[in-house]
Amino acid sequence: MKLPLATLLLAFIVAAASAAQAEPRRSGFDDMSPSTQALQREDTQNPAMLWVLDGEQRFNADCARCHSAQSLGAAAARHPAWDAAAAKPLTLAGRINQCRVRHVKAPALAPESEGLLALEAFVALQSRGRPIAPDPAPALRPFVAQGERLFKQRIGQLDFSCAQCHDDNAGRRLAGAKIPQAHPTGYPIYRLEWQGLGSLQRRLRNCMSGVRAEPYAYGSDEFTMIELYLKQRAAGMAVESPAVRP
Amino acid sequence: MKMAALRTLLRVPASARPGEVMEVRLLMQHPMETGFRPDAGGRTVPRNILRRIEARFEGELVFAADLFPAITANPYIAFPLRATRSGTLTVTIEGDNGLAERETAVITVA
Amino acid sequence: MTRTRRGWLAAGSAGVAVVLLQPWAARAEISPALQAAIDHFTSGAPVQTGRVTLAVDAVVENGNTVPVSVSVQSPMTAEQHVRSIAIFTELNPQPEVAVFHLGPASGRAQVSTRMRMAKSQNVIAMAKMNDGSVWQHRVAVSVALAACLEGE
Repeated sequence: MKLPLATLLLAFIVAAASAAQAEPRRSGFDDMSPSTQALQREDTQNPAMLWVLDGEQRFNADCARCHSAQSLGAAAARHPAWDAAAAKPLTLAGRINQCRVRHVKAPALAPESEGLLALEAFVALQSRGRPIAPDPAPALRPFVAQGERLFKQRIGQLDFSCAQCHDDNAGRRLAGAKIPQAHPTGYPIYRLEWQGLGSLQRRLRNCMSGVRAEPYAYGSDEFTMIELYLKQRAAGMAVESPAVRP
Repeated sequence: MKMAALRTLLRVPASARPGEVMEVRLLMQHPMETGFRPDAGGRTVPRNILRRIEARFEGELVFAADLFPAITANPYIAFPLRATRSGTLTVTIEGDNGLAERETAVITVA
Repeated sequence: MTRTRRGWLAAGSAGVAVVLLQPWAARAEISPALQAAIDHFTSGAPVQTGRVTLAVDAVVENGNTVPVSVSVQSPMTAEQHVRSIAIFTELNPQPEVAVFHLGPASGRAQVSTRMRMAKSQNVIAMAKMNDGSVWQHRVAVSVALAACLEGE
């Protein structure tokens, strides 16, 4: 009877080890209270769906002449992506505006405007459930590397880097709130603190204000590069957009 | 001046059996400005909220809600309704600054 | 209903810690404004405790959006039903949160919404029956701050 027991024990240890290796990354969803999770789980309860409704109307008016919603299923999961014409990476919002200017012949929407957020929410919803799959274009590599440097650089009066909270101290508490690992799985998000929908860049600006640093401007290259790095770091995790966060 | 149309999501179950109690869900996009908040200049932002929700099934009032500033922005309300027969549920929403909106949903009872 | 059970489970598990750490929260603070709001709702009827269940987390992540659910034991017949359900807070700038009007057509006495809480305090749910009687349930709620607030 000893041999089968040893085999079982070995199998258990191997299974436990591979389970631990399989997914140590946690989405911000996992760190929320059950009540807040419930807000995100059902579309009939998620306030972000009000913006998705707006986004769908705008999409049908402007974008549907070229794209079906289903055909954009990979877009949010893949962006920021390499744009050969501009020779730089483009965020999803940047891509939406580029399409509007070039193909719809409509003016670009202002950063963080209701219209741009609504469109971004509608497009990102098409990727919900898919794994984050960053654009593998080799040209992006130096931008990802710079994004990683920015993530690990100490900033602000409090002299903290993103990594110090979100790599080294994720799971611990800051002013009563659990520090998430900071994976951008659900943007644009309905943040309870904003009582509205906002982009990753708005959230990053909050982070920078939090360490008393001057936030980068909306649309800045720094934010694009940080997002590139964050998406690499979160590669394979499921898109939850549009998510709810505290 | 009437405000722009209020974006709402009114959800009823796809169908219900007679006598079954349904849950009706209403989500409305509105800042619910409390009237207590100071703006960046220190002035109090004037109150701007949704005040009254009424739900009528085939003309009969079946639910009403009086809302106050303590209701969250982008309000969500879920209320019960016993299914009797198929018909139209009409929800009227009244708020500050002359806001008056109406949403309908068809309830199928079989 | 799942939402109510989940809310109760959360309230039950966190409630013990809250009561131990903050005994002040259980003590009622009825301001004149709150008393006036309650009197307006009750029309003078005495307020009894029971029959009403206010489901809300004992500890909430963000005071901006606090999901609440109120359910009342009632057959909801023409002879015996809940006419209205009110939610009050003790320490918000204005005590009323909402008043919901039901009737026999409702089938069940249960409403859900989301409220704002300026700070940790007691939340009170009251139900007025068609016979004029009024019932209440009071729950202490602690509000945590979100880290990394809006800077601009």
